[in-house]
Amino acid sequence: MLYAVLCYNDESVTSAWSKEEEDRVMRDLTGVQRKYVEAGKLGPVARLLPTTAATTLRHAPGETIVIDGPFAETKEQLLGFYLIDCGSLDEALDFARDLSTANPSSGSYEIRPLALYKPGELPS
Amino acid sequence: MTDTAWIDLALVSARPQAMGALLRYFRNLDMAEEAFQEACIRALKAWPKSGPPRDPAAWLIFVGRNSGIDKVRRQARETVLPPEELLSDLEDRESELADRLDGSHYRDDILRLLFVCSNPALPATQQIALALRVVSGLSVRQIARAFLVSEAAMEQRITRAKARVAAAGIPFETPDAADRAERLAAVATMIYLVFNEGYSAMNGPEGVSADLCDEAIRLARLLLRLFPAEPEIMGLTALLLLQHSRARARFDAHGAIVLLEDQDRRLWNRGMITEALAMIDKAMRHRRPGPYQVQAAIAALHARAERPELTDWEEIDLLYQTLERLQPSPVVTLNRAVAVSKREGPEAALALVEPLGERLSGYFYYHGLRGGLLKQMGRAGEARVAFDRAIALATNAAEAAYIRMQLDHLAAETGRPHLAEEKQ
Repeated sequence: MLYAVLCYNDESVTSAWSKEEEDRVMRDLTGVQRKYVEAGKLGPVARLLPTTAATTLRHAPGETIVIDGPFAETKEQLLGFYLIDCGSLDEALDFARDLSTANPSSGSYEIRPLALYKPGELPS
Repeated sequence: MTDTAWIDLALVSARPQAMGALLRYFRNLDMAEEAFQEACIRALKAWPKSGPPRDPAAWLIFVGRNSGIDKVRRQARETVLPPEELLSDLEDRESELADRLDGSHYRDDILRLLFVCSNPALPATQQIALALRVVSGLSVRQIARAFLVSEAAMEQRITRAKARVAAAGIPFETPDAADRAERLAAVATMIYLVFNEGYSAMNGPEGVSADLCDEAIRLARLLLRLFPAEPEIMGLTALLLLQHSRARARFDAHGAIVLLEDQDRRLWNRGMITEALAMIDKAMRHRRPGPYQVQAAIAALHARAERPELTDWEEIDLLYQTLERLQPSPVVTLNRAVAVSKREGPEAALALVEPLGERLSGYFYYHGLRGGLLKQMGRAGEARVAFDRAIALATNAAEAAYIRMQLDHLAAETGRPHLAEEKQ
């Protein structure tokens, strides 16, 4: 069984980390990851840029709007995610628009650039 | 993380919101600060036992408000303090509490707090000191260290700033759209000032100046979280990130300035650059250019160039022209002259620089750039005079050292010692 582990924290706290704290946390996390990488169990690892870098495309039948900032509604749940290599935000928005067209129901697509990406070695 | 480390971090990150709300309650900066201090002391006592509250800011606001009100009462009637548990045991009431501290005030509370520190009537140094003290919660000693003044002098500066803020009156009415825009602009300027203070003192006391830059970036991100659709705040955040991304490359091991084109670009912080570029992308979609966005776009062109010779000087020149239209200033024209010198050579740049002499005669960079251009054109004598003027106007040792190096080059090229040496 593949599991996605999604990390949540208070951004105003993590953005107040000093450089030393930041480095230490990242080092410790890498230590945890190594164990699972060596066991061939760990897939992609991604760290997202702060929500201030996010843009959200909201899709409802008949209209699609683009909003600055992260997805902030609570009545919808996270159902899946994509990683895509785009030259610009507009290209990423086009991809999200295509998805929203293919999926007739209402929904939102938060577009968040990555701060860090490790592809992992999980067999497909 | 040790017990107190997580508490410190929680207190620091909750501070703007808690202080903003307490300022709204007490309508007085000193009272708000005292109430917040009191709440922090209680947090340090209560949190190690009870664990972190779900919403630290709400906890601090509630406790701070009670202790503040209590203090007023005590001063008035000398009544007995309610028991500690009543004040700080909020375990069960927390969610209800968070609701009551109505989230709708949240944004305007923080903006007001930032805005009182950005009062244009305050000189820049007072704005910076006040913001670092009140919003960021730096100690007077830390701020004094950053400004290279004594603690007593800084204490006095902050007291004076607070008195001016109180005299000017703190705006408590809910701002309309125009007020908000005005406050945002003032706050953006203040954040930029905080950054600049750190940036220009980068070779000052170890670490302190970089802390100011980090703090400014934190405030910019905070502002952007509150106003996520403001392209100029995106531009400001991107600009600060891009400038700060070069921090490790700006000085060599001896503290001497390394010019942008000579910097080791591998030392640039890629994480900050990535974030800034994403922010600029977002801002551009609004098609509402402003000075911060344009400056960020210029900095981004430098960041995108893997080698100095790949820099898109034509685009930079165009962006500076846009900036000249948005925010006409001789300093902007001076900066554009650098781009022009790269595109068209030193003669064209000098033609742009010369007319600025009257207004920039007291400006280090004017004489520095002019000297550099004259040197490139082989007019060594005039270059030497310009460099000497620049040295006299240098605001720190690194600037002076850089110009001295230019003079040494000149002396080596022309076989004559420069004036600064002749005087010694």
